[in-house]
Amino acid sequence: MPVLAVIEPGGDLAVVLYIVAFSLFIFGVRRGTHPTTAKQGNLIAAVGMAIAVATTLLLDGIGNWGLIIVGLAIGAAVGVVASIRVQMTQMPQMVALYNGVGGGAVALIAWSEIRHGIALGEEIPLDQLVPILFSAVIGSVSFWGSNIAFAKLQDLIPTKPLAIPGQQVINALLLAGILAACVALGINNDDPSQGLFVGVLIAAAVLGNLVVLPIGGADMPVVIALLNAFTGLAAAAAGFALDNVALIVAGTLVGSSGTILTLEMATAMNRSVANILFAGFGGAPAGGGAGDGEERPHISIGAQDAAIKLAYADSVVIVPGYGLAVAQAQHAVKEMADELEKRGVTVNYAIHPVAGRMPGHMNVLLAEADVPYEKLREMDEINPELPRTDVAVVIGANDVTNPAAKNDPDSPIAGMPIIEVHEAQQVIVIKRSLSPGFAGIDNDLFYEPNTSMLFADAKRAAAEIAGEITEL
Amino acid sequence: MDLITEITIFVLAAFVGFEVISKVPTTLHTPLMSQTNAIHGIVLLGGLIVVGFGDDAIEYVIGVIAIAFGTINIVGGFMVTDRMLGMFARKPKPPASSSEGSSAPGDPGSAGIRPEAEGSSEG
Repeated sequence: MPVLAVIEPGGDLAVVLYIVAFSLFIFGVRRGTHPTTAKQGNLIAAVGMAIAVATTLLLDGIGNWGLIIVGLAIGAAVGVVASIRVQMTQMPQMVALYNGVGGGAVALIAWSEIRHGIALGEEIPLDQLVPILFSAVIGSVSFWGSNIAFAKLQDLIPTKPLAIPGQQVINALLLAGILAACVALGINNDDPSQGLFVGVLIAAAVLGNLVVLPIGGADMPVVIALLNAFTGLAAAAAGFALDNVALIVAGTLVGSSGTILTLEMATAMNRSVANILFAGFGGAPAGGGAGDGEERPHISIGAQDAAIKLAYADSVVIVPGYGLAVAQAQHAVKEMADELEKRGVTVNYAIHPVAGRMPGHMNVLLAEADVPYEKLREMDEINPELPRTDVAVVIGANDVTNPAAKNDPDSPIAGMPIIEVHEAQQVIVIKRSLSPGFAGIDNDLFYEPNTSMLFADAKRAAAEIAGEITEL
Repeated sequence: MDLITEITIFVLAAFVGFEVISKVPTTLHTPLMSQTNAIHGIVLLGGLIVVGFGDDAIEYVIGVIAIAFGTINIVGGFMVTDRMLGMFARKPKPPASSSEGSSAPGDPGSAGIRPEAEGSSEG
């Protein structure tokens, strides 16, 4: 269709349109700073993407429309169906999957670029070859790593940290091998070996698997954020190789975002990124954990008692955790809060930065249940209010409420920022058992004199409490 | 474009990225991650160039897979972000809205999209 093909590749018009596209990306993300404008921001970014794609399709000399349309149609069909069917609780693995295919695309494009260079029979300049190799390695790591993260979050493979003996050594050797092969390809840039390049892709694939496999399911969000940053940087590198300014800016934008989120999550868990990636945390029971098997005294109550405590309070703070997401209890909790609000009780939600399986995941789940976002309060904001709170209800959260993080310098989670529910007048913990949380340590909160335990499934408990409140 | 120009763009984009992203509140971090995730689907352009200017069978195969992957990344990413943000955009309803008299115009279309788990407390 030569009539359509009007834009000169690499010409001013193409570059200007790409600049428009990436400006819309930045503007779109900027609109994402507030819940009321974020939806529009997402639309703006999508328009930017449409402009970038349309510009490329209109480049002079582009052909093979049949193949292009096949690829676009398959991708669009899968993308539409998947995004309509996915449940909000499954969002982390969905993001992992989308991230993986993006990384896979980068790696494939890098492969194709190097094939192209070899076919031309000319020396591939290093300012092209280096970004090609970078995007190949990172893209491949990201593709396989994301797929493993997806499989773990979707419970397709065991979510427990899998210890592979000598894995650190194997990983280090793989990485060294990849780097050596890349150097060899760079030295022979007049005729790089395609076989060696494919070897690099495969080694990076193995590395992606080995790095993510040993990491526990609860740490996956950090891994996804990190791999998101990786894919972004790989896309930026592809932009260097293709001389495409839209790829460079968009990829870098994603790289920044992924990096910020990774660091923020690591801070919220009080661990370094290296510790999360390489320590296999949560595998062995952490040393220093209190009470091996011994039963400590605690107060256990039923839904009716909990309802009475809540209904006659002035202010209630709900602390949702991952258990709420697992039990799909967000709607039931919202109903319980509605019943309380009808009685004039002030209800707020305290959201720990790593509540749920992704930063902000809990906010999405509660928004799904129609909880107004003004009621979702961040940890630093709600902590000073907790001493004045009548009842704090902890639903499916554990480690993020453990006072040992503040009081016990020997605790494995010492220093981790927590929601200080123990400061509240009374605490109700809805949990299925006294079992320790992800960190493998006992939660001192459960044995505080002002804490009552309600042993039940989060969804059923919330529904029962809501029912009891209406009966009062 | 020469390498130095590209590096300049890269560095400036990194600073812009850090500035803009660090202003996004925690509440919106999941949609943010999903949206930026969609944005790196822009590698689709690379796939389009590979296939559009390609000339051998293996390249076509690689390129078509890359196009499909990139499109999944873009379409799925933006759509799922839109779904999530739609939930935040919903207007907070007054708590006691069982009777009809409220002044809110009410949007039955968007309010209707709500899965299960409703209405067990009224019984």
